[in-house]
Amino acid sequence: MTSSVIVEDVSKRYEIGALHHETSLRDELVGLLRAPFRRRTPKEIIWALRNVSFSVEEGEVVGIIGRNGAGKSTLLKILSKITYPTTGRVRARGRVASLLEVGTGFHSELTGRENIFLNGSILGMKKREVDARLDAIVAFSGIERFIDTPIKRYSSGMRLRLGFAVAAHLEPDVLIVDEVLAVGDAAFQKKCISAMHDLQRGGRTVLFVSHNMSAVENLCSRGIWVADGSVQLDGPANEVIEAYMSSVTPAESASSELTMTDQRRGSGPLRFTHVEFRSTDGSLQPVTRSGNAVVIRLHYRTIEPIEYGHFGLSLSTELGTVITATSTWYHCLDIPLIPPGEGHVDLEIYELNLIPGRYYLSLKADCLKAGETHVCDSLEHAVYFDVEEAPIYGSSRRILSGSGAVFFRQRWHLEGIGRATAVEGNSADANNEARASRVAR
Amino acid sequence: MGEWLSEMWRAREILYFLAWRDVKVRYKQTALGVAWAVVQPLLTMIIFAFFFGRLARIPSEGIPYPLFSYSALVLWTYFSATLAQVGNSLVANSDLLTKIYFPRVALPAAAALGGLLDLVVSSVFLIGMMIYYHVTPHWAMLLTPVFVGQTVLLVLAIGMLLAAINVRYRDVKYTIPFLTQLGMFVTPIIYPVSFLPHRFQGWLALNPMAGVVEGFRACLFGRAIDWELLGFSWILTLLLLIIGALHFRSTERVFADIV
Repeated sequence: MTSSVIVEDVSKRYEIGALHHETSLRDELVGLLRAPFRRRTPKEIIWALRNVSFSVEEGEVVGIIGRNGAGKSTLLKILSKITYPTTGRVRARGRVASLLEVGTGFHSELTGRENIFLNGSILGMKKREVDARLDAIVAFSGIERFIDTPIKRYSSGMRLRLGFAVAAHLEPDVLIVDEVLAVGDAAFQKKCISAMHDLQRGGRTVLFVSHNMSAVENLCSRGIWVADGSVQLDGPANEVIEAYMSSVTPAESASSELTMTDQRRGSGPLRFTHVEFRSTDGSLQPVTRSGNAVVIRLHYRTIEPIEYGHFGLSLSTELGTVITATSTWYHCLDIPLIPPGEGHVDLEIYELNLIPGRYYLSLKADCLKAGETHVCDSLEHAVYFDVEEAPIYGSSRRILSGSGAVFFRQRWHLEGIGRATAVEGNSADANNEARASRVAR
Repeated sequence: MGEWLSEMWRAREILYFLAWRDVKVRYKQTALGVAWAVVQPLLTMIIFAFFFGRLARIPSEGIPYPLFSYSALVLWTYFSATLAQVGNSLVANSDLLTKIYFPRVALPAAAALGGLLDLVVSSVFLIGMMIYYHVTPHWAMLLTPVFVGQTVLLVLAIGMLLAAINVRYRDVKYTIPFLTQLGMFVTPIIYPVSFLPHRFQGWLALNPMAGVVEGFRACLFGRAIDWELLGFSWILTLLLLIIGALHFRSTERVFADIV
């Protein structure tokens, strides 16, 4: 086995001041005139990566996991040569293709076919390679009928399929993938995963970033957990995932404080302070049962008036799969002004149809600032809560925690089997019928 | 530098597809389509012919004034419009810069080549005008592509420099139209070089486009080429190309971080 990717003591420093988009020569000149002899104000320095070293063998599929802002994306960008490390170096053997986004460089005025060529060449394919694989790419995308339509007429799903179809035919030696599985429907995700399996079987090296722990566990033999810009743990995928998941467990109770959390994004005029689980009568509810109603109360504090704010939360499983995401925006609830101070919003869920187990809440608050949507506060997997067992189908049998994440109000109809199947006597028959008609509310 | 050039050579297909994209989408969903390439120099020429040719009676070396100014405007319109595109090429494609690696120089180069479509279209109109004015064909006309080539190099040279600066300082975006507007007056478009008092003619050589435009017109209409002016213009072009490439190469590593 030979190393396919070698990362040697890589560090990456960002100067926060230099990241601003609105840099203008005038500002610098004015600064220079005001204080010609003083050194420029030192910029805030952030080390996105610090002394990261590892090597990946040929044919290995490595999952890179970690919280938002841990440095995963920076690492991928350095591996893909998009940005350069401040110190250290990266070496890769063979053709490296990176897929930080599906359909990079697509132009909406061009047709699907034209975009295949454009995207393919940007991803590093030669024209004759695209020519040779064109039919396969079109077939894979499943949008033959629209291949000569400008992609501005495509749905976002169609664009995605087209983009992934090109990417799946890259045949690189090393493939670097960022979170592309987070988008698209289940069938599409399955296609992606099987395409990555094919790559792996073909002896290609894959580096893969995802928040979807089940995808990482499925695909990867090895996991690298990145935290605060350095490698926290490197080893077999399941062990690394386990260690990572147990680290992301904030304090649990009916009320969870959030003010101490440092893993948050957003500009900060509004901050979530704590989350409470209440029953519909308003009392705190320490235990949440499957199928019951629950009110999730999000407390916040604002330091300035917030215009057109929106609150959102998403619910995900322990493995990071999002079950549902909702927001006041989806409900067309515009809040013209949130006054400064403390307050709360309640989300009432009529029936929490979750299979017993542990679930995570992610919180988000947006606002409108100068015509643009701004993230005020965003907390990923901020709170977890356990859903306790309850007779959800109206039967006394336990629903095992492996039975998925959600359940639906449902009923089985056994009339089609006919009487002949009844093996016991009349009394047992009546018994069976009674059991069959016993349904959840 | 050699490594850089060989990488650029490997990226020629990306360059081709990016230029092709620019050409393809340029006049999508416009009513006039590619006629826009003619409208701009044509209207400018009409204004010039009226004010400078008819009213101010600026000499045009025996060439009909509309032809005299339009031929120069063909090159100048390419230069000024494409320079703006090239200067903005990195910022306009920031989504590519931050998402994928490819030799960065492909972006300004593709923008410089993509602008050639307009030049071809406005040249066809120029040929039509020359037939209308009964310009007799001659061998020197075959040299005109050399001047087009020099203009492309010049656009690329200045454009690379500006594009790289534009990544950090967006001021460039506002500077380019202003500079090209001023540049039009220090380029012999509305007047021949001979129109200037002799002591100013030397200063004109500091503008590399002066030699290009004057030489282009000389070849088209069979006038004597000012070799001194043209030679100086080539020296400046190559010098700018080296400066532009060196600066681009030294800053391209941080494009994705600051764009």
